Amino acid sequence: MSKACVMDENSEVVFQRKMADGVFLMGIESPGIAATAIPGQFVMIRVRDGLDPLLRRPFSICGIREPGVVLVLYMLVGEGTQILSRILPGERISVLGPLGRGFKPDEKDSRALLVSGGIGIAPLIFLARRLRSGEALFMAGFRSSRQVIQVRSACLVCPEIYIVTEDGSEGERGLVTDILAERLKGAASERGRSSIYACGPVPMLKKVASLSKEFGVPCQVSMEAHMACGLGACQGCAVPGKRALADAYLHVCKDGPVFPAGNIRWESL
Amino acid sequence: MTEADLGVEIAGVKLKNPVIAASGTFGYGEEYAGLFDINSLGGLVVKGISLKPRQGNPPPRIVETPCGMLNSIGLANIGLDAFVKEKLPYLSGLSTAVIVNIYGHSIKEYAELAGALKGLSGISLIEVNISCPNVECGGMAFGTDPDMSARVTDAVVSRADLPVIVKLSPNVTDIRAVARAVEKAGASAVSLINTLTGMAVDLGRRSPVLGNVIGGLSGPAIKPVALYMVYQTAKSIGIPVIGMGGIVNYRDALEFIIAGASAVQIGTANFINPRAAVEVIEGIRQYCETNAIARISDLTGSIRA
Ligand SMILES: Cc1cc2nc3c(=O)[nH]c(=O)nc-3n(C[C@H](O)[C@H](O)[C@H](O)COP(=O)(O)OP(=O)(O)OC[C@H]3O[C@@H](n4cnc5c(N)ncnc54)[C@H](O)[C@@H]3O)c2cc1C
Ligand SMILES: Cc1cc2nc3c(=O)[nH]c(=O)nc-3n(C[C@H](O)[C@H](O)[C@H](O)COP(=O)(O)O)c2cc1C
Ligand code: FES
Repeated sequence: MSKACVMDENSEVVFQRKMADGVFLMGIESPGIAATAIPGQFVMIRVRDGLDPLLRRPFSICGIREPGVVLVLYMLVGEGTQILSRILPGERISVLGPLGRGFKPDEKDSRALLVSGGIGIAPLIFLARRLRSGEALFMAGFRSSRQVIQVRSACLVCPEIYIVTEDGSEGERGLVTDILAERLKGAASERGRSSIYACGPVPMLKKVASLSKEFGVPCQVSMEAHMACGLGACQGCAVPGKRALADAYLHVCKDGPVFPAGNIRWESL
Repeated sequence: MTEADLGVEIAGVKLKNPVIAASGTFGYGEEYAGLFDINSLGGLVVKGISLKPRQGNPPPRIVETPCGMLNSIGLANIGLDAFVKEKLPYLSGLSTAVIVNIYGHSIKEYAELAGALKGLSGISLIEVNISCPNVECGGMAFGTDPDMSARVTDAVVSRADLPVIVKLSPNVTDIRAVARAVEKAGASAVSLINTLTGMAVDLGRRSPVLGNVIGGLSGPAIKPVALYMVYQTAKSIGIPVIGMGGIVNYRDALEFIIAGASAVQIGTANFINPRAAVEVIEGIRQYCETNAIARISDLTGSIRA
């Protein structure tokens, strides 16, 4: 994972597929990035040549498809993602990566608890694929059925997948953190051997972090921040955290995007 | 065809070409080293260093604007001691000119920084940031007043054992007055422009987007303003001008050189294209060869006006 691995690849888009309302899966041929990427790492994509939009957009790596294809699952938000969605297979984009620190799954885990909110599912799909040992429980929350991204095919070691929607239009009704809380309350005997891996909106991550503290279960979260360089050069992507127990700003692109939940100052977010 | 001479000299320091990576956009060099051979640059300016480490401003610190971006980093940096211990060993092994950008809260701090850099190997030039708009008690106040700018310059020049570049703020009524003042106070060169003060509003929350409310605008959006200031300044002082502001390709760089710059810095473009600076160097080389220009320095200030 040394910096020398970071590459700026002029990559061919090999496919685009609609996965849910306003959500697309894009396959990008970036063999250099595909070769070394680990779950939780991200890429910075220049959505088109020219000066507007100016900055690259950060996206988690959602998976690797052999040979050399990087998968990105993205949601339409503004102009950049709109432009991305109009790119046709065969066209090229510039992709910088793999960037940042990914998840560090604890190989001794008997149970990995994967918790996602909305598009935050992207890095967890890659993580689920790469988990080798133990068993995983995937809890994926969405607003309603139209946003649901099917993960059944994505996870090799997940016998249990919970889909949760806020309006109950698919799967269980409620918040994904409710399901997590129930599991943690129920499975007292397993707590010592479980870890949580989470990605989603800040309010969800806050709740996950507080549950992890309450039940003493280690937790890694993937965070977001507006970015310019993605390389640790501009200091733009600061989040309030702790370094060596002292308050400090951490940088999502270099210190993260995956952090131990205890290193973030949630009260300042 | 003979190869064009891209070498330039700034205050007696020879640069292999006129293209320098700008402060705050290139980290401490290492960050980009895996992406291209950074020794091919004419030079690189490190992130602004202060006496003590600085955490910087509350997030969000970055917002994209049409053809540009606002930043309110707040001069977050590792501080002088850590810079010398952790970053300088790497930098001093490079074969490109290393320029250390410094920033203080008071004239005394500027002078102390210049003194602390004395005798260290691996540094070619000092660039004094008197223009950062982000820190209330410092930057802005010095750079907007010719007299204060001159006092900072004098304090640094008298303590430093390296030539001093003073980096000018565009957030002034007449940049020439500041340029003349720092020239008189002993600056060996000036660099301009730093970012233009601006802000962005979040309509949904009816609040400023940046945690610090205001930020500095950079990128292609500021190029015409920067070009004009370089043009004006170069005509009114005798020391070299290093031009920057929105340069993304070799054509932009040449425009600055023709307007009066002896060298250029590349900032925001590094974020969009990490190879921007090398591509600018290559483009300048080809332009010189195509147009039979023997020395890039012949183009400086060659504008027909
Ligand atoms: C490490 C990381 C991983 C991410 N992974 C994914 C992913 O897998 N799938 C996905 O759909 N989205 C992901 N995002 C969010 C994604 O970067 C934004 O949705 C995207 O940049 C929006 O661009 P836009 O032009 O459509 O929106 P606009 O709102 O028009 O963008 C304007 C500016 O704000 C920035 N911006 C807007 N929203 C965000 C955000 N949430 N995070 C960071 N910058 C933002 C843009 O990059 C751009 O600079 C990730 C963000 C980070 C930091
Ligand atoms: C994220 C960011 C951080 C910066 N930090 C510094 C700094 O620490 N010191 C400084 O003198 N200028 C700093 N600058 C200003 C740039 O060096 C440059 O003057 C300005 O961005 C204009 O050039 P550009 O349009 O090519 O980016 C910073 C600019 C950006 C975008
Ligand atoms: S985005 Fe530049 S330091 Fe993280």
